[in-house]
Amino acid sequence: MSVLVDKKTKLVVQGITGSEGSFHTQQMVEYGTNVVAGVTPGKGGMMHQDIPVFNTVADAVKETGANASVIFVPAGFAADAILESIDAGLPLIVCITEGIPTRDMMRVKTALDASNSRLIGPNCPGVISPGKAKIGIMPGFIHKKGNVGVISRSGTLTYEAVYQLTQLGIGQSTCIGIGGDPIVGTQFIDAMQLFNEDKDTDAMVMIGEIGGTAEEEAAEYVKKNVKKPVIGFIAGRTAPPGRRMGHAGAIIAGGKGTATEKMEVMKKARITVVENPALIGETVKKVMQRRGLLKKAAPKKKAAAKSAATTRRTGK
Amino acid sequence: MKIHEYQAKDILRKYKVPVPEGGVAFSIEEAVEVAQRIGGSVWVVKAQIHAGGRGKGGGVKIAKSIEDVELYAREMIGMRLVTHQTGPEGRIVKRLLIEQGINIAKELYFGITLDRATSQNVVMASTEGGVEIEQVAADTPELILKEFVDPRTGFQGYQARKLAFGLGLTGAQFKNAVKFFTALYTAYEETDASLAEINPLVVTEEGEVLALDAKMNFDDNALYRHPEILEMRDLDEEEPLEIEASKYNLNYIKLDGNVGCMVNGAGLAMSTMDIIKLAGGEPANFLDVGGGASSETVENGFRIILSDENVKAVLINIFGGIVRCDRVATGVVQAARNVQVDLPVVVRLAGTNAEEAGVILRESGLKFLVADTLEDAAKKVTETIVF
Repeated sequence: MSVLVDKKTKLVVQGITGSEGSFHTQQMVEYGTNVVAGVTPGKGGMMHQDIPVFNTVADAVKETGANASVIFVPAGFAADAILESIDAGLPLIVCITEGIPTRDMMRVKTALDASNSRLIGPNCPGVISPGKAKIGIMPGFIHKKGNVGVISRSGTLTYEAVYQLTQLGIGQSTCIGIGGDPIVGTQFIDAMQLFNEDKDTDAMVMIGEIGGTAEEEAAEYVKKNVKKPVIGFIAGRTAPPGRRMGHAGAIIAGGKGTATEKMEVMKKARITVVENPALIGETVKKVMQRRGLLKKAAPKKKAAAKSAATTRRTGK
Repeated sequence: MKIHEYQAKDILRKYKVPVPEGGVAFSIEEAVEVAQRIGGSVWVVKAQIHAGGRGKGGGVKIAKSIEDVELYAREMIGMRLVTHQTGPEGRIVKRLLIEQGINIAKELYFGITLDRATSQNVVMASTEGGVEIEQVAADTPELILKEFVDPRTGFQGYQARKLAFGLGLTGAQFKNAVKFFTALYTAYEETDASLAEINPLVVTEEGEVLALDAKMNFDDNALYRHPEILEMRDLDEEEPLEIEASKYNLNYIKLDGNVGCMVNGAGLAMSTMDIIKLAGGEPANFLDVGGGASSETVENGFRIILSDENVKAVLINIFGGIVRCDRVATGVVQAARNVQVDLPVVVRLAGTNAEEAGVILRESGLKFLVADTLEDAAKKVTETIVF
């Protein structure tokens, strides 16, 4: 069906009374997300856009049974906000905020590893399960319900890829923006694991970029564990070394983390690598056609789904 | 953010990391003054630019008399120093570091940086000092010792000892190395550095351990809590157009190509550069105008792109999600009128209200080449380059 986010998601918005928080809360509600609470320290007890505001995440969870949070607080306070959500025991935390210092994220990551919480981001557009719910800032209307899982380090580039898919009639199970920072809560490999285990995700699209080795690690995982087709793109083939390309994590350092290198490793893991970002949608379509996975996107028929699944297992 | 070697050494001194005695000089006179103040009989004159490989380019000289200090300072101040990291255009040397000469017994390597795979800091040491560590990593990775630092406990004494033993140090050298490593880690951590590299780290016959060179980079996201480091920014080391762009909060990086581009979002901006290359052009820049792409940011973007004389065509690629494309189109038209753009401009707006946006662009009376898809945009760029 989808991963991470669905109709059962009960969301608390941290920083709900800020301008970003307010605007995107409204957008999320309009999309169908069940926003049950907001948190702004000192504003507990008030209502904001018909949503009850609490002083702490713990209060919000206790009163509303929230099971996910989204963070819109400024960079200097965002690490604290994530830690508060971890402390409140939320299973899913999505941090949109850009510009959190690495040292702060390092501590967050340690706390995260010792908890049962999953963090998406920071510096990301969030997560959407089309037709069900969205946690984040992505435009809902470009998405379409379907069977392709999308994982990406970028914002608008993900919209571009999703838009290409939707225009070709290919829907998405869930789209996960993992974020453009050097330290993120959920890496490609973690997101892939989710999609690999999701019976309604039939193919995956991974959109990486220069910097780090997360794509390489994911490729290694794909090689060993994934039977579903994976289509990948890496942004930044023309990026100069040693320069940060917008995202804090997008940098070729010491000759490492180039797009060419990543694409090579991905190809070796039998990932279909798209060289031209204009052709992400087309390539996904071709691959899925070849594997007989496109029929499944049509209105549900058990038999069709079954035969598609069989083709998937046998077809190479 | 990058800083100069002498600035890094000033920071290290504050944290009691041993560095050779020395000081910065902005003129020949100052160079002589610093040398006299330090005293001794051997000095090192080092050009201060934000690039490595200075020695080979003639940016590091050993002086055996005050006259030599003056001579080398005269040579270096104002020289165009070309190294493998500066590109062929090199950098003009405006600052020198004058240091006491050191009796080197051994040259080692020591560095600290973030290991992204583990989300922890990694502390590295190697007996292969004075050469590029990337080369060592590629040829003989076993010669690089590594210790990963748990953020909960920090860099521990046993880790410093492991590294010092691993380097084969004993006696006073060993003791001083352990102190050095621990102090440097504190400096790295407390200043929110993203890199601290001491290459070479030298040990002397007397058992001293010193940072002969020092390179520090800092996490841009954390600079707000280090105003004293922010003050070390040297605008002479930055591309003028990039400084200009940063005033408007535009994320701009100048490149050498002929097709300028303006995009919302970093990933899409990189992809747009890639598309330009695939279409047979060369990207002239990276420019992320941010999610909003208002008429003001577009106008400033135009100005910056057009100040680059190499630009022969411009590609605007905006994906309107929450921001509506018709608004962006109105902004683009207004900006193009205000800035008077004469070059061919390919515009591709996708997402919310893209069709309305196309109408606005086509009816503007300006010669925009309107593209519907990313592929179409690439083709139109190719056509403009050919003509």
